[in-house]
Amino acid sequence: MVVHCEEVWREISNYLEGDVDPALRSAMDDHIHGCGRCRSVLEGTRNVIELYGDERMSEVPLGYSSRLRLRLEENMQSSRRNFFGWIVAAATAILFAGSFELARSTGSAYPALRSQMAKRGSGVPPEMLVVVSDRGKEFHQASCPFIHDKVNLRTIPAQEAMKEGYTPCVRCMKEYLSA
Amino acid sequence: MPQDLASLDTPAEQFTEEALIRRIRDGEHDLFYELVRPYERRVYAAALAILRNPADAEDAAQESMLKALKHIRQFRADARFSTWLIQITVNEARMKRRREQTRAMDPIADHQDEEGNYVPRDFADWREVPLETLERKEVRQKLAESMHALGEKYREVFVLRDMQHLSIEETAKALGISHASVKTRLLRARLMLRDMLAPGLGGRWSSKLSFEKGTKPW
Repeated sequence: MVVHCEEVWREISNYLEGDVDPALRSAMDDHIHGCGRCRSVLEGTRNVIELYGDERMSEVPLGYSSRLRLRLEENMQSSRRNFFGWIVAAATAILFAGSFELARSTGSAYPALRSQMAKRGSGVPPEMLVVVSDRGKEFHQASCPFIHDKVNLRTIPAQEAMKEGYTPCVRCMKEYLSA
Repeated sequence: MPQDLASLDTPAEQFTEEALIRRIRDGEHDLFYELVRPYERRVYAAALAILRNPADAEDAAQESMLKALKHIRQFRADARFSTWLIQITVNEARMKRRREQTRAMDPIADHQDEEGNYVPRDFADWREVPLETLERKEVRQKLAESMHALGEKYREVFVLRDMQHLSIEETAKALGISHASVKTRLLRARLMLRDMLAPGLGGRWSSKLSFEKGTKPW
């Protein structure tokens, strides 16, 4: 199978998503290897996805969280009907705060994540070998095209990666991020 | 009646999304912020992608959260809460845009034919751009400007998929478009951004950016 530049450009998004069949991927790999233009398109597109996907690109205005919380609290206060309801809520909040501290203290169950926006995975095989880098936030399959800092990689079991606060890569580990 | 904390076995069980939703539905509205906190940035970003104005986006984000609280009983457990929340946000932001008629003419390609192939314009060598460059505010600003210069239909898809990491299916559902349209628009959005951020481009889009000709912002 032989592909030309136009086909590579048309499929470059799917290629990076891992959403092309093996024969096409192989043909694209061969073409890209020998084509500077397509390498430029591939690398540029990969950079776009990586840079915009970083949580620093989703900044919120200063005070956004506080204002949101205040608005929600105001809304809830207006809907509270009696003093008993308030007492129940306060008691719940105290219990919640205590339990939250407890949850934080059980480091193995809830390690601090390296990314504020990341989601914990579910169903990740604990012994599966994954790849992490010291400056990264996610763990990857070794073949993932979205691994940054490739010179400082470590291969460790998924369980260990999660204990260190790494979360599944949103591209190559997306099956573990489903509800 | 609110579920007793002691009836759940572990702290982890008490704070799963499912448990929080159940308890909020049972009347513990105070827990709502805990439920939406992981998504507050996503909600804001989704609103900003449509409205392109920080104040309007924050307002829409707040309204979306209140609507989600009000209609939490309508949430179907077979869906992801984050997708449902983003869907509410997209609708709220679109309504706000229509109400206030603040929508400016989209500068790029909003009416382009999606069927035609997009041809990249710049073939300069790229290497891996270190994520540390995002520490520089001017870089983040340039990237944001480029993203906001995309036509609306491309920007919406790009933000939900590549910035907020929704799946293709979730993005399609949130925007009310087909799976195929998401993929087509995503490809175009990525290639257009790549072209906008590539050095030395003399096309119509680069004129909207203040990058020095021949240099990248990093």
